[in-house]
Amino acid sequence: MKLNAHNFKENAAKALKDEDLQASLAKLGTGFPLKRLAAAARLPEFEALRDQARDIKDHTLRHLDFYLEKFECKVQETGGHVHWARDIEDGRKIVYDICESVGAKTVTKGKSMIGEEMAINEYLEEKGLIPVETDLGEYIIQLRNEPPSHIIAPAIHLRKSHVEEAFRKTHTELPPERNLDEPEDLLKEARAMLRKKFIAADVGITGANFMIAETGSTVIVTNEGNGDLTQTLPRVHIVLCSIEKMVPNLEDCATLLRVLARSATGQEQSVYTTFSTGPKQMDDPDGPDQFHVVILDNGRSRMLGHDTHDMLRCIRCSACINHCPVYQSVGGHAYGSIYPGPMGSVLTPAIYGLEQSCDLPNASTMCGKCEEVCPVRIPIPQMLRSWREKQWEDGPVPILQRLAMSVWAFWAVRPKAYHFGAKIKMRLLGLLGRKNGHFKSLLFSKAWTKSRDFPAPEGKTFQQLWSEKGGRRS
Amino acid sequence: MSGEEKNVGLFVTCLVDLFRPTVAFAAVKLMSEAGCSICVPERQTCCGQPAFNSGDRHDARKMAEMVIEEFEKFDYVVAPSGSCAAMIKKHYPELFSDQADWHKRALDLSRKTYELMSFLTDVLDVKEVETTLNRKVTYHDSCSGLRELGIKDQPRTLMNAVEGLDLVEGENAERCCGFGGTFCLKYSDISTRIADDKCDDILKTEADMVLGGDLGCLMNIAGRLTRRGETVEVRHVAEVLAGMCDDVAPISRKG
Repeated sequence: MKLNAHNFKENAAKALKDEDLQASLAKLGTGFPLKRLAAAARLPEFEALRDQARDIKDHTLRHLDFYLEKFECKVQETGGHVHWARDIEDGRKIVYDICESVGAKTVTKGKSMIGEEMAINEYLEEKGLIPVETDLGEYIIQLRNEPPSHIIAPAIHLRKSHVEEAFRKTHTELPPERNLDEPEDLLKEARAMLRKKFIAADVGITGANFMIAETGSTVIVTNEGNGDLTQTLPRVHIVLCSIEKMVPNLEDCATLLRVLARSATGQEQSVYTTFSTGPKQMDDPDGPDQFHVVILDNGRSRMLGHDTHDMLRCIRCSACINHCPVYQSVGGHAYGSIYPGPMGSVLTPAIYGLEQSCDLPNASTMCGKCEEVCPVRIPIPQMLRSWREKQWEDGPVPILQRLAMSVWAFWAVRPKAYHFGAKIKMRLLGLLGRKNGHFKSLLFSKAWTKSRDFPAPEGKTFQQLWSEKGGRRS
Repeated sequence: MSGEEKNVGLFVTCLVDLFRPTVAFAAVKLMSEAGCSICVPERQTCCGQPAFNSGDRHDARKMAEMVIEEFEKFDYVVAPSGSCAAMIKKHYPELFSDQADWHKRALDLSRKTYELMSFLTDVLDVKEVETTLNRKVTYHDSCSGLRELGIKDQPRTLMNAVEGLDLVEGENAERCCGFGGTFCLKYSDISTRIADDKCDDILKTEADMVLGGDLGCLMNIAGRLTRRGETVEVRHVAEVLAGMCDDVAPISRKG
């Protein structure tokens, strides 16, 4: 999708007024977090598993070059192909070339954030192909021609009525009298439509939650089974993934799977966990003739060894998003990036550049809930701060903000003058505010007072009172 | 000062110094009663957190250097705020990670720095407070104190020791109030929306007073509550524990 992160404030203001969105977000805010909590409570070793998960990813990242090459060798041994994509242009071209080489017309797609990152649907459409999303949420937003608002629940911002509206508009054979009131009816309609696409597809594209270096396998977790149909029915299976999805072996993959679904949806495991290893082999009853893995970098290798290195541990569970008070307030579209919420606010500047997304690292209360729930213990607030530092050093910071900080810092390191000034200001403010105990409005503080009263100070500062009382100074 | 007394430097915090000195007096009273001698260096203003969180490491360091110089002589350094204490305890060493001499001094200071509730219970082993408050009270866990310093049970232990105090937990007591330092000014609308969720959670408990350990959050919550016309009172927990509620009106309310 086209990045729209520079409009964060406007997007957020709109989102706060969108009643449908707010109703959906209210559900999300209690749904996933409570389920995660219950799932974690049922597994005594959950915290220990999180440590292990972190260590596995750390180890892999330290030896990423080795594991990536090992993975490539293994894929080739099983008869598959690995393609390296430096950026999204590379990635798109690789995917299209594969499609073209087999004369593909219809391309089914399982859910893939790398696919979103590449905006692969738009690209294939431009080239005359018909890409069809098969994950229900992705299918709905594809019909509505909008980006996902959440990395595992792409249509979480929508209500049932939106889905019906989308189906009635695009499913031209749908009789107007057909009842689509219930979620089951909507599901049936989507299923009937998608069945035809699964059968017609020449190429199936999926994402990958993990790549396993030991076996050359890719792994997806889904709850709908659409991923399996996408990758087994067509002649060609293309896997889209990025360099940091690597794990050394099956054992490590299993450890990560144990924290992934629990952190994401509170499930012990997703309904389907599917391992793909190469194309159809001699004694396989079915499977694709060709197996391609497209591994995207797109800025990630630049993160290795730098301030946001730890972000590469991310396994895209969405726990940080689900628990974030800012995301819960404005939803995913406000961020203007396919990666919303705390993880997105670290990742988006790394992928698209800080200039394009300078609001994102700042739009956080730094409450630390994201770090608290992250299955691989990524210190997200610290990473957000590192972007803020970069911005302060050589990026765009509003001049007034810079000025305010400089003035504050100037006085803060001159205690004598600071206390003298404070004494006068607080005295005045205390007197003015005495009547109500607060101010409804105050010069230079509209950002606070437009929605909150500004509490009045007691009057004298503590430093002043302590001196008056003759309190101990040394 | 007797040899057994703990020599404590009080880091007042800028908000308490400017807006609510009673909180600092409450801290002094609580610690003095538990056998500490309290000193308040005049050469202190801000811990540097606003600069640090804005990405302004240079200014944050300047402020941190002043705090280190002024407070390293004490046995303990105590702040009536989780976020300022966390700044000193967790982030000062990080701030000087590339300057060996300052890093060592920051680490030394970090080891002896505490948030007030944690200092009273974890270090001074205070279990009793001699005060009465016949009110239904709920508690807001401020993010930094909770997640960076692990402050959860400490204030509750002490609140439960107050005679007559009926503590009811909010369903989302641990959820951010939307303050976030400069966040509440830069993203005022989002901050307000989060503050509203917090207010709703507080009102759901039907408590008539909300307590917390960080003045920033409390000013945010109180400011939103009075703007909404709610009558729930907001106070720093130290005021209640020190029996000083009569000394000052609730935050954002007239005396």
